[in-house]
Amino acid sequence: MASLWEYANPVKFMKLSGWLLPLSALLAAVLIVTGLIWGFFLTTEDFRQGSTVKIIFLHVPSALMAINAWAMMLVASLVWLIRRHHVSALAAKAAAPVGAVMTLIALFTGAVWGQPMWGTWWAWDPRLTSFLILFLFYLGYMALWSAIDDPDTAADLTAVLCLVGSVFAVLSRYAALFWNQGLHQGASLSVAPGTRMDMTYKLPLYLCMTGFGLLFLALVLAGTRTEIRARRARALLTRERAHA
Amino acid sequence: MIALLIRDLRLAVRAGGGFGLGLGFFLILAVLVPLGVGPDPATLGVIAPGILWIGALLACLLSLDRLFALDHEDGSLDLLATSPIPLEGVVAVKAAAHWATTGLPLALAAPVLGILLNLPGSGYTVLVASLLLGTPALSMIGAFGAALTVGLKRGGLLLSLLVLPLYVPTLVFGAQAVARAAQGLDAATPLLLMAGITAGSIALLPFAAAFALRINLR
Amino acid sequence: MELRVTDLACARGGLPLIEGLSFSVSAGEALILRGPNGCGKTTLLRTLAGLQPPLAGTVTCPPEEMAYGAHADGLKSTLTVAENLKFWAAIHGQWGIQPALQAMNLVDLAERQAQNLSAGQKRRLGLARLIVTGRWLWVLDEPTVSLDVASVALFGAVVRAHLAAGGAALLATHIDLGLPEARVLDLTPYKAALPDVGGFDEAFL
Repeated sequence: MASLWEYANPVKFMKLSGWLLPLSALLAAVLIVTGLIWGFFLTTEDFRQGSTVKIIFLHVPSALMAINAWAMMLVASLVWLIRRHHVSALAAKAAAPVGAVMTLIALFTGAVWGQPMWGTWWAWDPRLTSFLILFLFYLGYMALWSAIDDPDTAADLTAVLCLVGSVFAVLSRYAALFWNQGLHQGASLSVAPGTRMDMTYKLPLYLCMTGFGLLFLALVLAGTRTEIRARRARALLTRERAHA
Repeated sequence: MIALLIRDLRLAVRAGGGFGLGLGFFLILAVLVPLGVGPDPATLGVIAPGILWIGALLACLLSLDRLFALDHEDGSLDLLATSPIPLEGVVAVKAAAHWATTGLPLALAAPVLGILLNLPGSGYTVLVASLLLGTPALSMIGAFGAALTVGLKRGGLLLSLLVLPLYVPTLVFGAQAVARAAQGLDAATPLLLMAGITAGSIALLPFAAAFALRINLR
Repeated sequence: MELRVTDLACARGGLPLIEGLSFSVSAGEALILRGPNGCGKTTLLRTLAGLQPPLAGTVTCPPEEMAYGAHADGLKSTLTVAENLKFWAAIHGQWGIQPALQAMNLVDLAERQAQNLSAGQKRRLGLARLIVTGRWLWVLDEPTVSLDVASVALFGAVVRAHLAAGGAALLATHIDLGLPEARVLDLTPYKAALPDVGGFDEAFL
């Protein structure tokens, strides 16, 4: 492999993603199904939270990917702004709806988990609020993409929005913490020793997290491939118009 | 640049909508909220800081979509882009003019509306201070949103969708500062944090907005 | 002082319109661009004015030395003629607007609001703006739209005075401006051949 940047060429990218997409989709399916079956049926119930705790196997991976999707969009936007690789801009575009849906899943599973635990579907807790705000950022980003006709203009403007939005998303996170200290439990996984979670829970959770990561990859690849094909169709139409 | 500021202020005054519209909206909101929530002074006193800040935020939003759109339609923006003034300066000056015609009058009028909403006496100084410190950020963030949507036919609604999430930190710190002051607590921390956001916005967003404008003019 | 364009290519909406264009304009000269509708005159002028990047080629004169005049005049309808002109003069660091008002025969209209001007009068005001920029190279897109015969002659005289004072002008127009000394450049031969020679979307083909 000469350079990673080679895959910024749409033709090369299509070739690479042609086999990477089914592979990652298959792996994601295997990992998520295994992880969920293991997590749902083969683990003991939490002595305090009962079986409701098992929604963690959906909640944590989706929340993780909701944030990572935005981070990936940020990196892709920077790559587009600095190196002008079209695939990068299209990948950012393709990641946005996936990230938005992940955010929704995290919010929904959180509500389902919160109802029996805290006795309420929704609380204006900083974590929940931050996710809701993140969802609004996704909406704005996608709305801007769909509002602009020229693809390069749209890519530039959404990339700037993504950069500025990232800064304000982080600020919002801290503003939300300042605003209300909240009742959400602390992070479920921590890298530091003295973890709060039993190994029987951790392994299936790791499986699910990896699976969601691969699922995200597969969805973004599929979306990017669609975008590239749409751009190719557009380019061909433009050429036809020029010949006419 | 001063010429541009004077022109924008003069245009705002002549168009009639400049000072009046935002203030009128702010007043109507302060009248509608008690009508919706009920006349209980205690309730109103509790929600007053938030209502006043949300009112200021929405009043700011009202005139944003015209910030660059008018200049774009009549060709001034093209000519400004080719003028000796850097586009970053154009953005900053236009945001300043927007602030002078919306944020500043809102901050000065807010105490009157505070009385209508039964804001506790200890909150007034901080209310004015927080609006004076926070509304420049609202104008600057709004100018960035307006720059993103300048070429679009129906940019107004999209502009709100883009700008309102960016307003979250300013709103939280601003309303928290007033709420704390109203309860007799120290409001310095949120005020300082908000001033930091304002300073950062004024320093950095003109560049992002000018970049967006250049792309839209392309 | 000279504008030298070498091997320029420019595009609109991802479609290359002009390629391989080279010409030069030096002080005291006027160059008239001609070509059918849609051949890329406006795109070329916007590229020269620095509003959009060229696909290829070089332009020696920086946009800071050009006064760009587009289809729209950049006038504010609630400001008077004098206020509009004073604003653009101030933006370009100039102060006197009287010569410009006199040159475009606007003295009597100085206190009238721009919204009460006729289309031709607005155009004259837009052209008076060029004088107050104090820049040597005028880059004008259809400057004589909605001008009557007398105003076209007036404009021709203004351009000639500008050239005599060491300025230069690049004009895209279809009509005769009464500038027999101006060179004419037909853009038709520079029409870009195929979009795949450098379109934005070439990577996708």
